[in-house]
Amino acid sequence: MSTQSLATQASATPAAVKSDAGQSGSGISALKIMNYTILVLLTLVFVGPLFFILMNSFKGRFFISSSPFALPIGDYFVGLTNYTSGLAVTNFFNAMGWSFVITIGSVTVIVFFTAMTAYYITRIKARWTNVVYLIFVFSMIVPFQAVMFPTIKIADMLGLSNPAGMMVLYLGFGAGLSVFIFSGFVKSIPLEIEEAATIDGCGPLKTYFYIVFPMLKPVAITVAILNTMWVWNDYLLPYLVIGLSTPYKTIPVAIQMMAGSYGDNDMGAMMAMLVLAIIPIVVFYLFSQKYIIEGVAAGAVKG
Amino acid sequence: MLKSLRKLGLIFAGPTLIAFAIAFAVPFLVGLYLSFCQFTTVTDATWVGLDNYIRAFAPRERFWSALGFTSLVTAVSVVTVNLFAFAIAYLLTRKLRGTNFFRTIFFMPNLIGGIVLGYTWQTIINAFLVQYQTTLASNAKYGFIGLILLLNWQMIGYMMIIYIAGLQNVPGELIEAASIDGASKWQTLRNVTIPMIMPSITICLFLTLSSSFKLYDANLALTNGAPMRKTEMVALNIVDTFFLRVGVEGVGQAKAMIFFLLVSVVAFFQLRVTRRQEVEQ
Repeated sequence: MSTQSLATQASATPAAVKSDAGQSGSGISALKIMNYTILVLLTLVFVGPLFFILMNSFKGRFFISSSPFALPIGDYFVGLTNYTSGLAVTNFFNAMGWSFVITIGSVTVIVFFTAMTAYYITRIKARWTNVVYLIFVFSMIVPFQAVMFPTIKIADMLGLSNPAGMMVLYLGFGAGLSVFIFSGFVKSIPLEIEEAATIDGCGPLKTYFYIVFPMLKPVAITVAILNTMWVWNDYLLPYLVIGLSTPYKTIPVAIQMMAGSYGDNDMGAMMAMLVLAIIPIVVFYLFSQKYIIEGVAAGAVKG
Repeated sequence: MLKSLRKLGLIFAGPTLIAFAIAFAVPFLVGLYLSFCQFTTVTDATWVGLDNYIRAFAPRERFWSALGFTSLVTAVSVVTVNLFAFAIAYLLTRKLRGTNFFRTIFFMPNLIGGIVLGYTWQTIINAFLVQYQTTLASNAKYGFIGLILLLNWQMIGYMMIIYIAGLQNVPGELIEAASIDGASKWQTLRNVTIPMIMPSITICLFLTLSSSFKLYDANLALTNGAPMRKTEMVALNIVDTFFLRVGVEGVGQAKAMIFFLLVSVVAFFQLRVTRRQEVEQ
């Protein structure tokens, strides 16, 4: 293959030859200006929609449809009216509270238990652990709709239609990907370290919690981030299990209900609630973006 | 050491396996069985054989048209998302200043969930269309374009991150060697860089393919199938069969099983085809 022949030549060539891969010349080249222009335009495309929602959330509801691109100034500006009326219909802060409880609880449960499971089924070589691993991998492809109806009926029968029950369901649904990612990493840990711990008198639980789990920490962050992004934004499962008749609505459920019953009438309130729904995500992102981006890259390589 | 660990299977694997059985394993088997039954809850099922599968494809179910629309959205979004994501990743690995800033911005939409995303884009697209006295819900073409825009805006950042990671792993010597051999930028990209990042391409194709194919939330929020269920994707079609109609749960379950089979087949073939293109690093 051409790549291989190039590789052989690369090792034979003195490394002193200067690379032109990065256009690292000094001064401002035309190419550089073009690249930056593209990047700045892209930035506008990516930030634009968010700015549009933010801007309209401060405008009177009729101006949102009559002059959607006007700035919220003069007659258009209505202060926080949209926010107060939106909060009144959605009980938004209640939903945000439940979103926090369910997300933090589920992600903690997922990381804690799937790491242990992955460690066990990777270290113990038996037919059943192998089968379990394959079923976990299989579960990642299955669309939610295939299990949706039986799952919500069974959850209801078992009394899982509450936030704690949601954590059990999320542990079940999140297990596939999380076990898969953890297993990939456990395989790369040399067994000698655990053996040394055993010789020093540690039992399996102590070995796991004091030796293995600390080594799993970088992967645990990846797993936590991928699951947080999923659980926080998930709509269908919480809607079907706890959204209909209980007070435990999460943010996506609250937004959808508002749009279904009220959104057509009051665009302003809708814009305001979209802004409130986006704020926690952006804040979370700004504080942990380094981990999120590394986590996504690492999770993909494992996947 | 492993001997004493072996006995602790219930502690290490028990909780996850129980939750997995409740949420996934048992429902999957029950769902498979129910797809051959007439039922309204899981306890009143009567066997009807392949009836549900035959009914699933009847024109009034609109399952075929949902499949067609889903395939179209998936095909277009997979191509556009990956081309844009790769181009941006390529640009951001050119040793420009401020790449971290741009990377942060481009990734951000990915954290916004489908429901919020759908209503955000619905408002934006309607804001444009209102100037032509029309709305998103009036023409399936607008719904299609809306979904493509939304999926691109959401997924480009994620795929970009994966491509950047791949591009950074291409050894600099390979690029140097290619340029010494007189390869043009385009030849280097085509014959060195792309073969070297095939694993990233495999992953990105898989992720875009499966998330576009399984799309539900954003479809619900953006158009909810309007006009006349013409922009309804498969997942939405299935959910509506269960919860907006009465007495067709079995048909819904059969559709869900067909959906599962399709997703598996498509994912399997895509992985096989792109894995074959990967080179030893």
